[in-house]
Amino acid sequence: MALEFSAEAKTELEAIRAKYPVAQAALLPALYIAQREFGHVSLEAMEYVGSLLGLSPARVLGVATFYTMFNKEAVGKYLVQVCMNLPCCLRGAEEMFNYISKKLGVKNGETTKDGKFTLMKVECLGACGSAPMMQVNDDYYENLTPAKVDEILARLANA
Amino acid sequence: MADEAKILSRNWGKPDSHKIETYLASGGYEAARKAIGMKPADVCQVVLDAGLRGRGGAGFPTGRKWMFMPKDDRPRYLLVNADEGEPGTFKDRDIMRFDPHMLVEGMIIACWGMQANAGYVYVRGEFVEPINRVQAAIDEAYAKGFLGDSIFGSGYKLDLYVHRGAGAYVCGEETALINSLEGKKGNPRIRPPFPPQRGVFDQPTTVNNVESIAATPFIIANGAEAYRKFGTKDSAGTKLFSVSGHVNNPGVFEVPLGYPLMDLINVECKGMLNGMRLKAVIPGGSSTPILTAAECQGLNLDYESIAKAGSMLGSGAVIVIGEGTCLVNSLHVLTHFYAHESCGQCTPCREGTGWMAQLTGKIIKGQGKVEDLDLLLSLANNMSGNTICPLADAAAGPVKSFITKFRAEFEQYINERKERNPSPWPVGFKN
Repeated sequence: MALEFSAEAKTELEAIRAKYPVAQAALLPALYIAQREFGHVSLEAMEYVGSLLGLSPARVLGVATFYTMFNKEAVGKYLVQVCMNLPCCLRGAEEMFNYISKKLGVKNGETTKDGKFTLMKVECLGACGSAPMMQVNDDYYENLTPAKVDEILARLANA
Repeated sequence: MADEAKILSRNWGKPDSHKIETYLASGGYEAARKAIGMKPADVCQVVLDAGLRGRGGAGFPTGRKWMFMPKDDRPRYLLVNADEGEPGTFKDRDIMRFDPHMLVEGMIIACWGMQANAGYVYVRGEFVEPINRVQAAIDEAYAKGFLGDSIFGSGYKLDLYVHRGAGAYVCGEETALINSLEGKKGNPRIRPPFPPQRGVFDQPTTVNNVESIAATPFIIANGAEAYRKFGTKDSAGTKLFSVSGHVNNPGVFEVPLGYPLMDLINVECKGMLNGMRLKAVIPGGSSTPILTAAECQGLNLDYESIAKAGSMLGSGAVIVIGEGTCLVNSLHVLTHFYAHESCGQCTPCREGTGWMAQLTGKIIKGQGKVEDLDLLLSLANNMSGNTICPLADAAAGPVKSFITKFRAEFEQYINERKERNPSPWPVGFKN
């Protein structure tokens, strides 16, 4: 098996396992570590995570594919997720998504040619009072305007 | 009135409101210390007497829930539901970002009341900032000896942990949350057994919403009567309302239960966006039945008044919809959401939510028939009450209420065979 966690990641997983009386409870945290270490959660990564926790590859596959936040395919350096649920739509999420899409030159689910940005429409992100909004990797960007989007994307493109 | 009623949000404006020093300066952790000097049963009784009802949506008395925990010698667990995912709801995020210590202190009180030695906060995976804030608060509490092997030197052991979800609305349902915490798919469980009998790791478990837990330090510190001074007889205390949509000042506002809905819109939210006229309000999160503008007049925000008006207080997520909004497109956004989020375990929900989304999708493409509206209603009626968890009911709520209350708009849309307007929403980049 080619994939392996770094030494720090292994230590981190051990600490996480101690939080729960059963090993499987560490599966979601372990999949997050895999995503961070390997970029996305491939079948090979699932098998590796299963071997660490004593779970069959099928069990890990079932769990990993149930949750939307584990990327089963590679995504760009920045995963741009635009909330498209009703409260955001009432404040112009559709127009905002189209603006970002045009700006990046990609459609829903696509990645820019340089591999920097993947654009996705997503369901409610729980920040409805500051709509329209988007999540880029771990960060929320709220009360979006075209000017704000321009500034954020330019900063990330040069980062 | 609303100004005095700040219990949950009283620290939010302070600098470094999330730090333990700020919390301690306002008397923080005194309630937890007091609780541990009380008999556990008395702690549950005070919370019951205060009339605190579950703030996640169901409105079940929190103290009663704690009393359901068996008194045997099995390990017991408290799970805090911070999987805030109901469209329109964003209040728990602010508690966790701005005053995570109020949640931690509430967890100490709840755990003592139920004699649990471990608690987990299950936070939706997207909430990275709230997760970090709660974890930092827990770390600070450990450093002060408020958590750990002998909290406040009492000999009582309590460990608290943060668990990150991974993107699944259904995990907000308590038994799905339990499965998810155990590292499984978030499929809701058949009850019985109920969580207090057999919950997480097969042990007695209570699942409470963030806001319910955060209200308990005030109740323990000041007594049940002090809490009952706010709100109505059957809906005691204050509540956080997260208001979104077509208002000038959307956000999270704490008001006493029973507060007038139109005051919330006109005073706290500074009126309708750009002077729009009110068309409708979804009062308690996307799954609660929509209310027409006429139904909103004179309506008070408490469990009983909203139930009487034919909807639910739910999580206190008020989605305000202005005149000019296309409710046909709006309903499609919601049916699409529920189809996306159905876990697929029960046939009526898995098939029903998908079918509903197909039908509304057909209508917004200009290919709908008036009979499709009756088919949608029939689907909704056949889904309700026929599944393990309430997600099917949640999906049916908007379908039934939108079509019943705004049937003329739906029929007109279908009869005019409208193609979906590329920009169906009346408001663009105005924030």
